[in-house]
Amino acid sequence: MTKFLLVVCTVFAATFPLRADQSAVRVEPTNVQGPRPLVKQTETAVIRDYLQAWQSVSAALEQNRADLLDRDFVGAAKDKLTDTIQEQAGLGLSTRYQDRSHDIQIVYYSPEGLSIQLIDNVEYDVEILDHDKIQTTQRVRARYIVILTPAEVRWRVRVFQGQPE
Amino acid sequence: MGCGSVHRPRAVVRVVDFVYYFPSPGHCKASQHQCARGQRYIQFGRFPMKCRFRLLLGGLVFATMHLAPAFAQSGGMSLPKTVEAGNAFSIQATGSGKAVLYIVGPGQVLKRDVQLGETTFFAAGDLHNAGHYLAVLVGGSSTGNGAFDVVPAKNPANLSFLAKPSRLSVSLHDGISGAVCVFDPYQNLITAPTPVSFQLSGLSTAAQTRTVATRNGCAWTEMDSAAKEGAAQFVARVGSISSTRVIQQVPGDPCGLRMSARPSGQKIELETDPVRDCGGNAVPDGTVVTFTELYDGSQTTVDVPLKRGVARAEMPAYSGARISVATGVVMGNEIRWGKQ
Repeated sequence: MTKFLLVVCTVFAATFPLRADQSAVRVEPTNVQGPRPLVKQTETAVIRDYLQAWQSVSAALEQNRADLLDRDFVGAAKDKLTDTIQEQAGLGLSTRYQDRSHDIQIVYYSPEGLSIQLIDNVEYDVEILDHDKIQTTQRVRARYIVILTPAEVRWRVRVFQGQPE
Repeated sequence: MGCGSVHRPRAVVRVVDFVYYFPSPGHCKASQHQCARGQRYIQFGRFPMKCRFRLLLGGLVFATMHLAPAFAQSGGMSLPKTVEAGNAFSIQATGSGKAVLYIVGPGQVLKRDVQLGETTFFAAGDLHNAGHYLAVLVGGSSTGNGAFDVVPAKNPANLSFLAKPSRLSVSLHDGISGAVCVFDPYQNLITAPTPVSFQLSGLSTAAQTRTVATRNGCAWTEMDSAAKEGAAQFVARVGSISSTRVIQQVPGDPCGLRMSARPSGQKIELETDPVRDCGGNAVPDGTVVTFTELYDGSQTTVDVPLKRGVARAEMPAYSGARISVATGVVMGNEIRWGKQ
C-alpha cells in the first residue's frame, strides 16, 4: 500500500509541473473577413502552430538562440525576434516568457489562402535575468496581432506584434 | 467687465499684438468702473489681462487633465502610456541613487544605467518595434515596474501586396484578388484603419478602381478580368506608396468552333475557321484541336496544334463518315461526308 501511494505521489509530482506550464487556450468563434471559407482543419492547424510558436519564442529568448525560431517564424517576425536575441546577448540579458492563457480569434483569411490573421488576448509571465540573476518576474496581459503564412508542412508566424488592448 | 460678457467694440484697430478698443456706449455703461465716458480702453490681445490669466489657468488645468492618462505613475517611474515607434521619449524615475532600467519586450530589449530622480531620455529610433513593453527599475532607493505600448508610426512606408493569379482567362468575374497589408518604416503593421486604393488597368480597357479601408492592418479586394487579352497593371496605393503587379489576361475557351472540309484525292482536308474565344480574342497557337472521324464502327482521331490561329488535318475520305471537331471541353460542328 505504501509502495502504491509512493508511486502515485511520484507520478503526481512528475506531472504537476507539466500541467502548470500548460496554458489555457480559448478559441473564439471565427469572424473571418474575406471571401475564402476557413475549414476546421485549417483553423485547428493554425492555432496548433501558433501555440507552438510561443514555445519556440520562449525557448529562443531564454537561451538566446535565434536558430530555435526557424521552425515557426519567418519574415519580419523572425528578423525582429532575432534582433531581440542579439540585443539580449549583447547586454547579458535573457528573458523567460511563460504563456498562461490565450484567447484567440481568427479575423482574416486572405482570398488566395496565403495568410491568416488572428488576434490573441494573451496572459504571460516574463522573467528578466541579467547575467543569469533574476531581476523580476511580471505577469503581463497583452493583445497580439499575428499573421501566419503556410510553409511546407506548417503555418509560420510572419507578423507578431503587441498592441494596446 | 466680466470675462463672460465681452462687448462688441464699435471699432477695432489691430496693431500687431494689441488692440485699441473704442468702446461703444453700451460697453462703458456696463463697465463704468473701468472706463469713463470717452475714455480710450487699451488692452493687449483679444482679451483683457485678467481674463487671459483665467484662460491660462483654465488651459493648464485642461492640459493636465488630458496629460494624466498619457503618463502613468508606476512605482518609482512615470511612464508614457504609448510611444509612437521610432519617436523619442523619456521616463522619469523618482528616488535617489543609481539604478538599472530594463525595457523588455519580444520585439526589443533596452538596458540603461539611470540616476534616480532624473529623467532618462531615449532618442528617436531607440525603440522602433511596435509591441507591449515592460519597464523595470532595479537598484537604488526606488524600484518599480510598469508597462507601455509602442504603436506603429502613422506614415505607411511599405505595402505587402499579393495579387493572384498572375495569369487568367479574360472576362472572369471576381477572378483577380489582391490582398494588402500596410507597414510603417520599421516593418510594424499599421493597425489603424487606412484607406487602400486598388486599381486594375489594361491598355484596351477602362480601369477598375476600388478603395478599401484596412482592418487590423490588411485589406483585400476582387476584380474582374478584362474582356480583351493582354497584360494588366494591378496597383495598390496608400498615400504616396504604391505597389504594382502584372496580371496576364489570356483568351478564354474557344467559342463557336467551326471546321470546313474539302476533298483531296483519297482524303478529306479539314480546316477550322480562326479559333477565337467568346470575346473575339484569338486562342493562342499551340492549343490542341482534335478531329474525330467515325465510320462503320471504327474511330480515327487526329490531334493538331493551332498554327496561325487555325488547325488543319487530313483524314481518310469514307463516304458516310461522321467527322467532328473539339478543343478542350468545347465541341465544334459535325460534318457527314459523302452520301447520306
